[in-house]
Amino acid sequence: MAIENQYEYVKAKNLDEVVGLLQRFKNAVILSGGTDLVELLKTGAVHPDVVIDIKGLDFLKDIRLGNNILWIGAGVTFSELIDSEIINEHFPIIAEMSKTVASVGIRNRATMVGNICSAVPCMDSGPVLSVYKARIITDGQIGERQIPIEQWFVGNRKTALFKNEIVKGISIPVPDKKHSGCFVKLRRYSGEDLAQVNLAILAFDDYSFRITFGAVAPTPVRAMRIERLINRMKLVPELMEKAQQLVEDDIAPITDIRATKEYRLHMAKVMLERGLNAALDRLNGGGPAYGKSVI
Amino acid sequence: MKKEIGFLLNGERRTIEVSPSEILLEVLRDRLGLNSPKCGCDRGDCGTCSVMINGKTVRSCLVLAIEVEDQEVVTLEGIMQNGLTPLQESFLKHNSFQCGFCAPGVILSTTELLAKNPHPNKEEIQEAIAGNLCRCTGYSPIIDAVVDLVK
Repeated sequence: MAIENQYEYVKAKNLDEVVGLLQRFKNAVILSGGTDLVELLKTGAVHPDVVIDIKGLDFLKDIRLGNNILWIGAGVTFSELIDSEIINEHFPIIAEMSKTVASVGIRNRATMVGNICSAVPCMDSGPVLSVYKARIITDGQIGERQIPIEQWFVGNRKTALFKNEIVKGISIPVPDKKHSGCFVKLRRYSGEDLAQVNLAILAFDDYSFRITFGAVAPTPVRAMRIERLINRMKLVPELMEKAQQLVEDDIAPITDIRATKEYRLHMAKVMLERGLNAALDRLNGGGPAYGKSVI
Repeated sequence: MKKEIGFLLNGERRTIEVSPSEILLEVLRDRLGLNSPKCGCDRGDCGTCSVMINGKTVRSCLVLAIEVEDQEVVTLEGIMQNGLTPLQESFLKHNSFQCGFCAPGVILSTTELLAKNPHPNKEEIQEAIAGNLCRCTGYSPIIDAVVDLVK
């Protein structure tokens, strides 16, 4: 399918040029992997007057760890996350999540920043960034902003990014307690499907937890009620059952082409139990290898 | 506004004038005469349009032609410039394809896998071609051919 709308294309040479273009054009869009954008251009859902390609900006390709903060630049693809030693050693849940995104040919191109800028409810990056308390770093005419992840997603495909801003990258603090975690993704078949429900869990060695569900509401949902119930408690079967009951209060899934509301609710409970058990087992040195699905 | 871009295509330097709205898949097929990448779903799901950019498979239906300026693009035609590869021989031996529409994409995805991991296990092979949909074979003879080749 051809793209009907005509626009200018600029391969940006530096950040100042990007900021200038975002200011000068009314309808500018940023292009990195293009796996969402080109589809939107074809269908006419977006009709920019300029497309700004940021793949020439080498500093956006960084995956960097320093001062206990991980930096993932806007140009980093899911394949690069999967292959990164830093990610596999310090943030294996990011690798575990990245391996479930679409297929190799998409992951070679699609970026994590693109994923959270598209902000489709079934995105896989959202829940993981939520449990890590990531910050989204933007730039533009008004200067740099650091937006906490819980303020980033504001609705279905809507973020806190202003129209004339660019996301430079994501910064993630290394948790200061010993921890482990798990990413669980429910889909119709293994390989290349969008999430029906997804779930990220961090478990700390003081038995506190961070739990975020995705694809069950317009934005990722931090399961605060469940966290409050189980934090610093021994997860005996009766408590697990109570936590599972709370899933119904914490999330609000809908019925769509990929699953019914009832199925999503039921499976979210199953995923919670398996994810918590896997995260705790991993915390104690056992459990399934990262990347091995628990569902 | 049209722009002349230069890039390496199957090892050969090519220049072509493109508009920013032209899709790489369409430029390769309709203007440069390369028929191995095919248009299936046209939205990145099926993998029939796979080509390599700088050694990595991508969906050419989701790439603007103008993006490949100064990059290296390889299609199936480029992979087999010196005849069939051992991988293709194995696919032939196992009668892996029926209609063949998915074959160029499957061959490229598997070629990329083997370059990175010469001895993949069955699960790794399945994962590598998970984004290449085949509606004829049920995948078994495709996977068998790769397993046979790397054993």
